[in-house]
Amino acid sequence: MTQLPPPSAKKLGLVIDLDTCVGCHACVISCKGWNTENYGAPLSDQQAYGANPSGTFLNRVHSYEVQPDQGAAQLIHFPKSCLHCEDAPCVTVCPTGASYKRAEDGIVLVNESDCIGCGLCAWACPYGARELDAKEGVMKKCTLCVDRIYNENLPEEDRQPACVRTCPAGARHFGDLGDENSDVSKLVAERGGFDLMPEQGTKPVNKYLPPRPKDEMPEFDVLAPYLEPIASDGKGFVGWLDKALSALPGGAK
Amino acid sequence: MSLDQPQLDTSPAVSDEVRKTTCYMCACRCGINVHMKDGKVAYIEGNKDHPVNQGVLCAKGSAGIMQHNAPSRLRAPLKRVGPRGSGEFEEISWEEALTMATDWLKPIRENNPEKLAFFTGRDQSQSFTGFWAQGFGTPNFAAHGGFCSVNMAAAGIYTMGGAFWEFGQPDWDHTKLFMLFGVAEDHDSNPIKMGIGKLKKRGARMVGVNPIRTGYNAVADDWVGITPGTDGLFILAMVHCLMKAGKVDLDYLARFTNASVLINQDPKSDQYGLFLRDKDGQPQVIDRNTGQLAAWNGKGVDPDLAGTYRAKGISHRPVFHLMADRYLSDEYAPEAVAERCGIPAERIRALAADLARVAFDEAIELDRPWTDFRGKKHDKMIGRPVSFHAMRGISAHSNGFQTCRALHVLQIILGSVEVPGGMRFKPPYPKPATAHPKPHGKVTPGAALDGPHLGYTHGPEDLLLHDDGSPKRIDKAYTWDNPMSAHGLMHMVISNAHAGDPYKIDTLFMYMANMSWNSSMNTGGVTRMLTDKDENGDYVIPHIIYSDAYSSEMVAYADLILPDTTYLERHDCISLLDRPICEADGVADAIRWPVVEPDRDVRGFQSVLCDLGARLGMPGFVNEDGSQKYQGYADYITNHIRRPGVGPLAGFRNADGSGKGRGDVNPDQIQNYIDNGGFWLEHVPENAAYYKPFNAEYQDWAVKMGFYDAVQPYIFQLYVEPLRKFQAAAEGIGERQPPEHLRERLKVTMDPLPIWYGALEDDQVDLDTYPVHALTQRPMAMYHSWGTQNAWLRQIHGHNPLYVPTKIWEANGFAEGDWAKVSSAHGSIVVPVAHQASLNANTVWTWNAIGKRKGAWALDEGATEATKGFLLNHLIHELLPPKGDGLRWANSDPVTGQAAWFDLRVKIEKSAVPNEAQPAMPAIKSPVGKGPSELEWKVGK
Repeated sequence: MTQLPPPSAKKLGLVIDLDTCVGCHACVISCKGWNTENYGAPLSDQQAYGANPSGTFLNRVHSYEVQPDQGAAQLIHFPKSCLHCEDAPCVTVCPTGASYKRAEDGIVLVNESDCIGCGLCAWACPYGARELDAKEGVMKKCTLCVDRIYNENLPEEDRQPACVRTCPAGARHFGDLGDENSDVSKLVAERGGFDLMPEQGTKPVNKYLPPRPKDEMPEFDVLAPYLEPIASDGKGFVGWLDKALSALPGGAK
Repeated sequence: MSLDQPQLDTSPAVSDEVRKTTCYMCACRCGINVHMKDGKVAYIEGNKDHPVNQGVLCAKGSAGIMQHNAPSRLRAPLKRVGPRGSGEFEEISWEEALTMATDWLKPIRENNPEKLAFFTGRDQSQSFTGFWAQGFGTPNFAAHGGFCSVNMAAAGIYTMGGAFWEFGQPDWDHTKLFMLFGVAEDHDSNPIKMGIGKLKKRGARMVGVNPIRTGYNAVADDWVGITPGTDGLFILAMVHCLMKAGKVDLDYLARFTNASVLINQDPKSDQYGLFLRDKDGQPQVIDRNTGQLAAWNGKGVDPDLAGTYRAKGISHRPVFHLMADRYLSDEYAPEAVAERCGIPAERIRALAADLARVAFDEAIELDRPWTDFRGKKHDKMIGRPVSFHAMRGISAHSNGFQTCRALHVLQIILGSVEVPGGMRFKPPYPKPATAHPKPHGKVTPGAALDGPHLGYTHGPEDLLLHDDGSPKRIDKAYTWDNPMSAHGLMHMVISNAHAGDPYKIDTLFMYMANMSWNSSMNTGGVTRMLTDKDENGDYVIPHIIYSDAYSSEMVAYADLILPDTTYLERHDCISLLDRPICEADGVADAIRWPVVEPDRDVRGFQSVLCDLGARLGMPGFVNEDGSQKYQGYADYITNHIRRPGVGPLAGFRNADGSGKGRGDVNPDQIQNYIDNGGFWLEHVPENAAYYKPFNAEYQDWAVKMGFYDAVQPYIFQLYVEPLRKFQAAAEGIGERQPPEHLRERLKVTMDPLPIWYGALEDDQVDLDTYPVHALTQRPMAMYHSWGTQNAWLRQIHGHNPLYVPTKIWEANGFAEGDWAKVSSAHGSIVVPVAHQASLNANTVWTWNAIGKRKGAWALDEGATEATKGFLLNHLIHELLPPKGDGLRWANSDPVTGQAAWFDLRVKIEKSAVPNEAQPAMPAIKSPVGKGPSELEWKVGK
C-alpha cells in the first residue's frame, strides 16, 4: 500500500459556500471541459447520444431537500469533488503507488501511467469523489487544476481551478487552508466552515460554508411601526397628502 | 510503495491562440475566450473583460464545444421528398435551394406580400430580419417575444421606458433588499448569479417570490411560495399597505412621475380619464410655485401632487388622488388577498413594511450633483436601496401585462427606479413608448412596407385594422383582441394561417423556432395543422421554409431547409438597434465572428437573407444597378446605415475607428471589435449614471451617442393614457370602435392604473375538476431544445419528472418511480412524478423543453428525453376552450397578446407505469443520422 507524505504546511483546497451556490452546474461543465482537454486521459462519455448517457466527471452538484421542524422546506445545492484529505484513504489503499498526495501542497493526484484501474481507491473514498474512466480504464479525480494553478502560460489572475474561475455566483474559493491568514482560512473562520463527514477521520482540506438561516424575517409586530396607517381611505389619504406636502422643504403655500 | 512523486509539468501550453467572441448557448450573450489548438476548438471560458459576464461562464457556455461539434448539425440544404413530418429529405445545392425559395417568394412579393409570414425565433438579429421583412413588404413579421415576455417589455416601456434584463437591472452594488419574482433562467443568466453573489457577499437580503423553491429561490433569505397568477394581487396589496402608511416617496412622485398630472374627471366628457393638456398638447400639472396650471416639463415648475383644477364645470384631479381612491380600497387589503395568493396577510404586511424600512430608513446618498430637465439642481443622488427583478414568471399569464405594470408602479412609489440601490436602466434605455415607432402594416405589392412592423400603439387610431375592421396581420397583432401587442403573436401564426383567420397565406418562413415542438402550445395540434391538406390534396399552408443549424423537431415539417452555422462559425452583431448587452454604467455592443470556418455546406442565415433579398430585388438589398448590395452579414454589419451616422455597431465608427455611437462607416470595424475582445463599451459619465430619464447630463450624452436625435426627458407613467384611450373606445367614445364581443373585456383589462383579474382560462375551465396549477421552469444548465444534443448537458438533465408537492403526493399515494396521468381541459399526458416539498401546495411543475421527439437531435430513439421526457405543451392550447360563440379566443393576454403559458390548470391521477411517456409521437427520420456512441473529446496532442 502507498504511504502518505508528512503533512504539508501548504494545504491547497476549495471552500464552497452552500449559502450562495444556486446549483447551476457551471463548475461541473467547466471542469469537464478543462480536464477533458488537459491533465491525463480525456474524460470520456458512453452512450453520449444514446439511451442512457454516462460519463466521467470530477465534480458533480447534488441537490438535497431539507425539511426544518418549523417553516418551509429548503433546497440545498451541494457541489462535490475530491476534498484532498490529509489522511487520504484513497492513497493508502492504492496497490501501485499511482494514487499519491503531493508533499509540497497536499493535492491528491493519480499518476495515470501507474494506475491499473483496480478501483480500490474509489471504494476507500467515503465521499464517492473518484470515477473510473470507462474508456481509458484509469481512475480520474479532481486535480485542483494542478496544471492551471502554477501554469506560467496563464495570466496570474487565471491561475486558479477552472471551477472557481467560472463560478457565476462566486460560491467557490481557492487557496491555502494551511495558512490561517489566507483569504480562504479567514472565510472559514468567519462563516463557520465545516468538514464534510469528520467522523470518517480523513481530515478533508476542502471546507464547506453552511447556508445562512432562512425564512427568519422579523415578525410583523416588530415591523408594524413602518405601516402605521395615516389614512383609512382615499379621502383620508388626500387630507394626509396635503399636510405631508406642506411639510416638505419649500412646501408651505 | 515509495514516496517518489512523479515529475509533473505544471505549466503545459494551454492553447495556440485565444479567439474572443460572444456566446450563444442561451440568450444571455456573455463574452467567451475560445482556446484553439491545431485550428480546432479546445476549450471555452468566460472573457474577464466582458461587461456581461466578467469572466464567469455557466454550464451551457462551457459546454459550447459540444454544441459546436454536435452530431445534429445540419450539413447541407435539404429538399423535402417524403410527406411533411416524415423527415425524408434530399440534400441539394445552395443554388437550387435559393432558386426554389426565390420562385416561391417572388410572385408573393409582386402580388400579395402579406401571403408571406416571416417569423424568427430566438435570433439576436431582429433589427436586420425586420429590415428584410420590411423590404419584402409583408406586414407579417415578428420574433418570439409574443410567446416569451412581451408583457414585461411592454408594461415596462409604457410605464417607465424599459423593464428588466436588456433594459434594466438592480443596482447590485448598492441595493440592500432584492425581491425576485419568477424568471426564465436566461433572462438574465450570469448577471443575476453574479448579482446574487454580490448581495450575499455584502450581507444584503434577498426575497424570492416563486411557487417553486429551486435555483435562485433556494438561496433567497426568504421564500414566498405564491400561488401562480396572483403576483399582481400580492403586489397591489403591498401598494395598499405602503400608501395607507404614507410610505411613498412624495418628492420623487411629484417630480419624476405623472402622479401630479391632472385627469379629466367628468364622466360625460369625451375627455374623461384623459390628461388635461395645453394648446401644445402637453399634460398639465399645478405648479406649487404659482398655484397655477403649468406644463409638466416647464422650466422651474414644481408639480403639485395634490393640486386639483376645475374649469368650465369639469373637475380635474391628479393621478395620485385616483391611485389613493383605488389602492386604499379594502379590496387590496392583505386580508382580502391572502387566501387567493396563498400568503398569510401578516406576511404580506411584513414584506411591505420591510420594503418601507429599507427604502426610507436605510436610504443612501451619493455625493454626485446633477441637474434635472426642469433646470433644478440637486446636490446629491438619493437612493432607495430596494430593487426588484421579474420576467416570464409574472408575465406569461393572461393578467401578465397588468401584473408587470403593478410591479413597476410599486417600484416607482418607493422612489426606487433609476436611483442608487434601486433598479437601473441600461443605455440606450430608458426610452419611453413615445420615442418608439408605431406599428406599420400598409402593404403595397412589389414595394416595401410603410415602416417598421413592431412598435407601440397610443390609441385606437394606431391599430392595424382594415376599413372593415379585419386584422392586417396574420397573428392579429394590434387589433382589439390585443391592442398593445408590441412583439406580435408568434404562437398564433400557424393556427391562424391554418384556420384562414384572418386569411390564408402561401409561405411560412421561420428561423430558429421549434414550432412543431416546445415553442408551440398544443404541439400535436400544430403538427396536424402543418401537415393538413385541403380538398385538392394540397397542404393548407402551401410552402414552409425553415432555417436552423440543427436537426430540430421543426425541420421535419418544412419543405425547404436552409442550414445555418453554429455560433462559432458565424458573424452576428448584438446591436444597440436590437437587444443590446449594455450595463447600467455603460453602453455596449458586441459581435460574433467565425472563430472556425464551417466544415459543412452551411451558411449563416443572415447572409442567406442578403442573397435572397438581392434575388428578390428588395430595397435595401440591391445597388442601383440591381446587383447584390451586401455580400454577406458581415458586409451589412459594417456598411448598413440606419440613420445618419448610426449603423448596426456603435463602436469604432469612422475610418480611423474613433467614432463612438455616431460616425461614418469603418471598413475595419469588425476587425477592431475582434481586436477589442469582440465587444465595445463606453461608460456613462458618473453624474449621468442615475435618474437617466430626468438627468440633463444623461440626456445630452444619449444624443451624442446616437440613441436618439434630440433630448427627450420624460416622466414615469403611473397612469398610462393610451390604455385609457382603448378603454374609452370600449365605452363608446370615438370613431374607431371595438367589436361588441370584446367591449366588456376591454373596459376591464385596458385600465390605465394597474389592476388584477383572474386568469382568463379560469372562466372557461371547471376549477373543481382542474384545481392544480402547472408550470415549467428553464433549467440553468440547458436552453430550450438545444441542450439535449449536447453530450455533457444531457447528462445533467436527461429527463424531466413532474415535481409534485407533498399534499398532492400524499393524496394520490404516490411513491418513488410512480407515474401520473395529468389532464387539462385540452388534453392529457402520462409522465413520471417526483416529490418536492419546497413547492406551493397547489402547484406542479417540470423542466422546460427537456422532452424530445424520437428521431430529432441525432439522439438514439431510446433516449430518455424521448421515453421519459415530456412536454407540458400538450396540455396547453393556443385557444381558450370554446365559449359557444363560434369565435377563436386566443389563450393570450388581452392587452399584449402574450401567450398565457402559466395559466394552465390540471388534474392529476396515479397511472399504471407505461412503456414510455404519453403521448408518444411517432419517430421522425433523422436527416443527419445518429451521434457516435462514445466520446473522448481531446483535440490537442
